[in-house]
Amino acid sequence: MREALTMQGSHAVLTRANPLAKFVAVFLVSMVLALSIDWVSASTAIVAELALFPLAGLTLRLLWHRAWPLIIAAAIGGWSTAIVAADRGAVLLDVGIWSISEGSLELGLGFMLRGLAIALPAILLMTCTDPTDLADALAQKARLPHRFVLGSLAAMRLVGLMAEEWQTIGMARRARGVGSHGNPLQRLKATLGQSFGLLVQAVRRASRLAVTMEARGFGGGQRTWARESSYSLLDVWVVLGGLIIASATVLAAVGAGTWTFVWR
Amino acid sequence: MTTVNVKKTSYNWRVVDIVVAALIAIAGGVIFWAWDQGAAIISIPLDATYPPLTGIIAGGWMIPAVLGALIIRKPGAALFCETVAAASELIMGSQYGTTVLISGVLQGLGAELIFAAFRYKKFNLPTALLAGAGAGLFCGLNDCFLPWGWNIAYEALDKLTYIIFTTVSGAIIAGALSWLATRGLATTGVLSSFASRKAASEPVFN
Amino acid sequence: MGSTYDARPAAILAEGWGWRHAGRPQPAIQGLDLRIEPGERVLLLGPSGAGKSTLLHALAGVLGDEEDDSDETGSLLIDGVAPRAQRGRAGLMQQDPETQVVLSRVGDDVAFGAENLCVPREEIWARVHEALDDVGLRTAAGAGLALDHPTAALSGGQKQRLALAGILAMRPGLILLDEPTANLDPEGVLEVRDAVRRCLDRTGATLVVVEHRVSVWKDLVDRVVVLQPGSGGTSASPGKSAAPGVLADGSPGKVLSEQRSMLMAAGVWVPGYVPPTRARRTGHSERGHSERGNSEPGAAELLLAAQDLAVSREKPRRRGFKSIPPVPVQSGITAQVRSGQALTIMGPNGAGKSTFALTLAGLLAPVRGQVSAAVELSQGAGIDPFTWKAEQLISRIGTVFQEPEHQFVTGKVLDELMFGPKHLGHGQERVDELLERLRLTHLVDANPYTLSGGEKRRLSVATVLAAHPKVLVLDEPTFGQDANTWAELASFLSELLDAGTAVVSVTHDQEFSSVLGGTELQLGPVPQDRESRQEAGAA
Repeated sequence: MREALTMQGSHAVLTRANPLAKFVAVFLVSMVLALSIDWVSASTAIVAELALFPLAGLTLRLLWHRAWPLIIAAAIGGWSTAIVAADRGAVLLDVGIWSISEGSLELGLGFMLRGLAIALPAILLMTCTDPTDLADALAQKARLPHRFVLGSLAAMRLVGLMAEEWQTIGMARRARGVGSHGNPLQRLKATLGQSFGLLVQAVRRASRLAVTMEARGFGGGQRTWARESSYSLLDVWVVLGGLIIASATVLAAVGAGTWTFVWR
Repeated sequence: MTTVNVKKTSYNWRVVDIVVAALIAIAGGVIFWAWDQGAAIISIPLDATYPPLTGIIAGGWMIPAVLGALIIRKPGAALFCETVAAASELIMGSQYGTTVLISGVLQGLGAELIFAAFRYKKFNLPTALLAGAGAGLFCGLNDCFLPWGWNIAYEALDKLTYIIFTTVSGAIIAGALSWLATRGLATTGVLSSFASRKAASEPVFN
Repeated sequence: MGSTYDARPAAILAEGWGWRHAGRPQPAIQGLDLRIEPGERVLLLGPSGAGKSTLLHALAGVLGDEEDDSDETGSLLIDGVAPRAQRGRAGLMQQDPETQVVLSRVGDDVAFGAENLCVPREEIWARVHEALDDVGLRTAAGAGLALDHPTAALSGGQKQRLALAGILAMRPGLILLDEPTANLDPEGVLEVRDAVRRCLDRTGATLVVVEHRVSVWKDLVDRVVVLQPGSGGTSASPGKSAAPGVLADGSPGKVLSEQRSMLMAAGVWVPGYVPPTRARRTGHSERGHSERGNSEPGAAELLLAAQDLAVSREKPRRRGFKSIPPVPVQSGITAQVRSGQALTIMGPNGAGKSTFALTLAGLLAPVRGQVSAAVELSQGAGIDPFTWKAEQLISRIGTVFQEPEHQFVTGKVLDELMFGPKHLGHGQERVDELLERLRLTHLVDANPYTLSGGEKRRLSVATVLAAHPKVLVLDEPTFGQDANTWAELASFLSELLDAGTAVVSVTHDQEFSSVLGGTELQLGPVPQDRESRQEAGAA
């Protein structure tokens, strides 16, 4: 988790783009993809996204490492859509509560690909965006209130620490006789106790961090920025790229006749 | 020398409110991340048999909204916490991509509306349950009716079932658990600088 | 580099000042009269509960506000102005290094305070470079840390120095240190102390430091002030010349010699004083030269052994069907734990001391090698402690964690102590004895989280012992403790040892190790890059 929050040593092209521009591009593609459930628009997007990954400094192996849980999630989403969606066309499977027809299978497949096509660019975005730069952009360019942005950023820095503390609390509780084994109810109880322990530490740490920040003059209405968040020509290309991918998916789907608007 | 204006109304957020709220949201993210490994054992069979059943565990993702508001007790706490929680989920890698932010904002809004309806004066069990239900309802609506929702293609009855599940789950998991957690936290003394410091001795229903 | 430090040293004046925290019936500090001249360096002492931290927080301008129902009496001014109205005039460093860092890059973190004070951009970076130089984190030649170096990779001592740099970049006239080295290993303590000295010499800023370990600071400060515990009042001080709320005040030499016994009684670590502890029974007090304890081989049964052990906190990673073991932080450890004997694990930070202890205690799976419990200990539970169920573990090996709060599982001191025995089906006798012995009887109904630091430490030891383990493992048990708790703990453990319990402790504390006697296991340093990871893991 800690690795997810730093991007030490990456010099990929997209790391230099303004986080806000990247976010707009990714969000745009996601919104357009969300409008239709069809395999053509989703596949088009996936192909384009995969082609862009080298620009974000992601190798195929790293990508696989981060993406496989999403593929599983998308597959499950596709399956549930296939069995729950209204049947159209020939029924392929009908066992008890499960029924899959040609129509619902196509829908399920489209849904799975769409889910993946929406999830992948978020990974792309986060691999080439440092949270600090994102916060700078949000506060300076998007003009979100800086106290909230920087407060969240500072808290975000403690994520790695919280994850380690979670593990430590688990061990500390085992040393008290609270096992994480047993039946689901016992495990649930153990997890709730462990969560409570983590919450106490979270509030303590956050309160101390708030004192540190306040003692450094944080909390006033005005401040200067040591680093300016700025736009460059690259950002124009990034947004343009997002537009192009979004339009390409629509054109491909409409051209292939598969475009299926979600609110039919 | 820079002088800092001291805030007058108690509805203004102090630095400690912001940082604690954000870390609650993020700790929520860590807990879910740890819980996810276990939750998969429950959610995969649910999904495989009757997908709308997954609404039962949806409440877990709305804990930050209710918990944050119960602790901070300021306008916007539910909305802020759930949005930060969604943002941290996005950073860790979310199956919903950037649309997780919209879900987060909407779930937070669902809880926020309830607290607002009580004019940010009531933080008892019924309020917590309603706020959890509000978050759950908005979660269900988002998943079933908005374009990026994962249940958009379900049939009407299945959508209704799902929304009922998320609402109940929100009330119980996000509402009741958060309420209990706040009382627990208050007894440990860590909430001493918040309006919720006496939560443990407040009446349950009044 | 030419100095651009242009802030005047600050003067402090407290007149009848007091503060009551929100939700508390009693004030933390009351009726304090204190004047500190510009450029003075003051060590603030006093028993726990004397309101030292409260005073520092007030001076930093971060104490309370009108929305919580706290109370202020009298006046506390910096250069004649309320601290809250002039943020940045004072800089505060607290105890926990993790929360003294705000941002994830070194340069940003130092710049943070200056940004908040609306310093223009170019000047901020000039200040950042200068401040990093001052605290020794960045040499003028550029051989130090890069500005985008991740703060998460710093050691505890480095984090505190970084915090100091962040304070200096605000150009404060007053530097406030609230137990800045309590969470650091001996090396980190000196690192931070020396950085503070350098910065003060250069800036001339006024210093107020709160710290139990007097020897670290006594040569740096020119004045020692001892605060009166609790609600001061004026009459309580026994007729000395000191002002109300202040027990003693003067040069370090004078106060430390005149008030020596009073400070010792208050648990302050007065230089040259090792609190008296119970002596081990003869035959144990001499440190053993071999793994095998000497004089009473019959009594010292082998309970637990580590054979060529490699340890890590991380779990094996899965890749496909293959499981890839983590990179160990330390390997090749061989050690034996015997009844009635102490094993003390020492070594530099990041050497994997805690990780080894946790592995030995059956809480972490070994990466390589084996931990094996003798039949005498395992009592049929199997050879590898990691595979034991939690209930089996606690009656065999008890582990006391560095942070007591991590081990609290109930909302009441008594329930906390009964938790182990109840699960094992034991009675309350042992619990009553422990309550009495560790002076917790008056706290049975309190919430464990609300206890003082020393009380929490005693409780965490008691809860683990309530299950009657044959082996007791302690991770930095004396860290940040005052001299009284230290002596109590050391005496108690020596008693346990004589009664036949095996005590394994991870510590930097040489005195503590000599009280316990037994075997010392020195773990060697590991390569630098790994060190920082381990540091983070141990925090």
